[in-house]
Amino acid sequence: MPITYTSGEQIEVYRFNIPVTVGVPLLALFLQAFVPRRFPFFSIFDLPLLVTIFFAMARRNPISGLLTGAAIGLTQDMLGAYPIGIYGIAKTVVGYFASSLGAKLDVENAGARLLVTLGFYLLHAAVYFTVARGMVNMTLNWSWGHVIVAGLANAVLGVGLYFVLDKFKQRT
Amino acid sequence: MEVLGRHRNLIIFLGVLFLQALGLAVQVKRSVDAENTRLIRIWAVDAITPFERVVVWAQTGTGNLWHNYCFLRGVRAENRQLKQQIEQMRLEQVRLSEDAEQAHRLQQLLAFKEQVIAKTVPAQVIGSSGSDLSRSIYIDKGSNNGIKPDMAVITAGGIVGKVWIVYPSTSLVLMINDQTSGVGAMIEKSRLQGVLKGTPDGAVILERVMSDEQVVPGDTVVSSGGDQIFPKGLPVGTVAKVSPGREMFLKIEVKPAADLNRLEEVLVVTEKQERNEVVDSGVRVRAADILAQRLPSVPEKPVIAAGVATAKSSGADNADAPERGTSVAVKPVTPTGSSAKPQVTQQSATPTAKVPNQSSLADSASKKAVPKPATGDSGLRVGSADAAGSNNPPALTKPATAAPSVTQPNPPSPTADDPH
Repeated sequence: MPITYTSGEQIEVYRFNIPVTVGVPLLALFLQAFVPRRFPFFSIFDLPLLVTIFFAMARRNPISGLLTGAAIGLTQDMLGAYPIGIYGIAKTVVGYFASSLGAKLDVENAGARLLVTLGFYLLHAAVYFTVARGMVNMTLNWSWGHVIVAGLANAVLGVGLYFVLDKFKQRT
Repeated sequence: MEVLGRHRNLIIFLGVLFLQALGLAVQVKRSVDAENTRLIRIWAVDAITPFERVVVWAQTGTGNLWHNYCFLRGVRAENRQLKQQIEQMRLEQVRLSEDAEQAHRLQQLLAFKEQVIAKTVPAQVIGSSGSDLSRSIYIDKGSNNGIKPDMAVITAGGIVGKVWIVYPSTSLVLMINDQTSGVGAMIEKSRLQGVLKGTPDGAVILERVMSDEQVVPGDTVVSSGGDQIFPKGLPVGTVAKVSPGREMFLKIEVKPAADLNRLEEVLVVTEKQERNEVVDSGVRVRAADILAQRLPSVPEKPVIAAGVATAKSSGADNADAPERGTSVAVKPVTPTGSSAKPQVTQQSATPTAKVPNQSSLADSASKKAVPKPATGDSGLRVGSADAAGSNNPPALTKPATAAPSVTQPNPPSPTADDPH
């Protein structure tokens, strides 16, 4: 199904049970912290971001989306070396816009999900970079090649991951 | 109120963003982000690391079971190969220990401060930050094991990074390929110093080396000790690619010596020792004397034209000379001299891989062998070969022109406190 502009009433809103709501982000954070140790290429993926996008777009509620993004991002910050809030802000922005987009567009097919995930990955990287350089004064360098390659990799993984996570959706 | 209701989502969005920005600003202002966010970081780390420990433990246990009991094919051949390797390394060790001892003696003479690794704590890598935007790892040792922030983390291969945040039983290590890290490093051969930094794609580059310097791929990079974290001379990596950078600096890509992507165990340098051994002023030891001890003795020559004869003999008789010596010093025989035989010393200039300063020391020493009577230089006086410590003024000659000895009137004796 292509991306279509529909009214709010036509788009189905999903919800998730509590174990999935809590467990999936925690599992994503755990895998993100653990798997790259064994498989270094895995660090190019951002599982918490993909989970944020998925939940935000499935729930289609901006407040829910931004809170999910903030919670996941802040937890990710706590596990990292940098000041707490950089991932938090980036994922809050992504959560808000992903749920806003989900409320307007019906993004269910693989192609649409690929493009949307790529776009949100770029948005996430841009916000992260801006906050890190602008607020924390970190000396990060922007690399278009790296960001696009990572964005495409995340988009491909995201399509597969969303397909798995679709199984946990519950209709309201 | 109606406006607030209509824009409720946007207002909450901006509010959440504002709160997080405020929190960030507070952390940045205090500039000790690791301390004022310590408690919530501990919660997060405590929630995640037990799972990681369990997985690592299970993984290691299974791996050990397989490797130690089940999969022993080829062990005999490998053992034979390793034994041969040990023999070769023993020979290498003898040579290196000789060189290291010589360097140490020279450092003593010059009263150099030397930082050596006194104590290390082995640690296992249990996790990572998991992001390509920040490159850090978790190790299973923390403050309970004596780990403190800013301690160097190394492997047998080379440096890994430094301890960034310490928790009771775990620590976060910022790796050298993180974009915010900075390590003082230098090219081992040319002694060019720079700053080692990470790139967005996880590579490591050496910055701040001028573009007119000669750096070639394959050059070894070692730590310079300038960052006060890594002791000087630890292997960092090898130069992989050299290209023009910004602002007249070279962009030098470095292949890290330690495999940063596959770290299993690391060593945390918990204690560094600063050696500053001063030579006892009662016993005057000169670099030339120390070097002379290592060289074969020279047969006695006639007193007349001792300088010329000795200079010739150093070139013809001593087969070792072309390889080892760069300057020759001859002590001429004077009518009142206590020594009746000429002595020849040679300045060894063989650079050693494991002793960073040795070649530069040798260079500077050989330069100082050219006499400067007017300045009364009392530094490393390679030219003097007065092993007995007599008060005769030393005579200094260049290798090729050994005959015209230059005598220095009453030169001050070299001491460890006066390196220049």
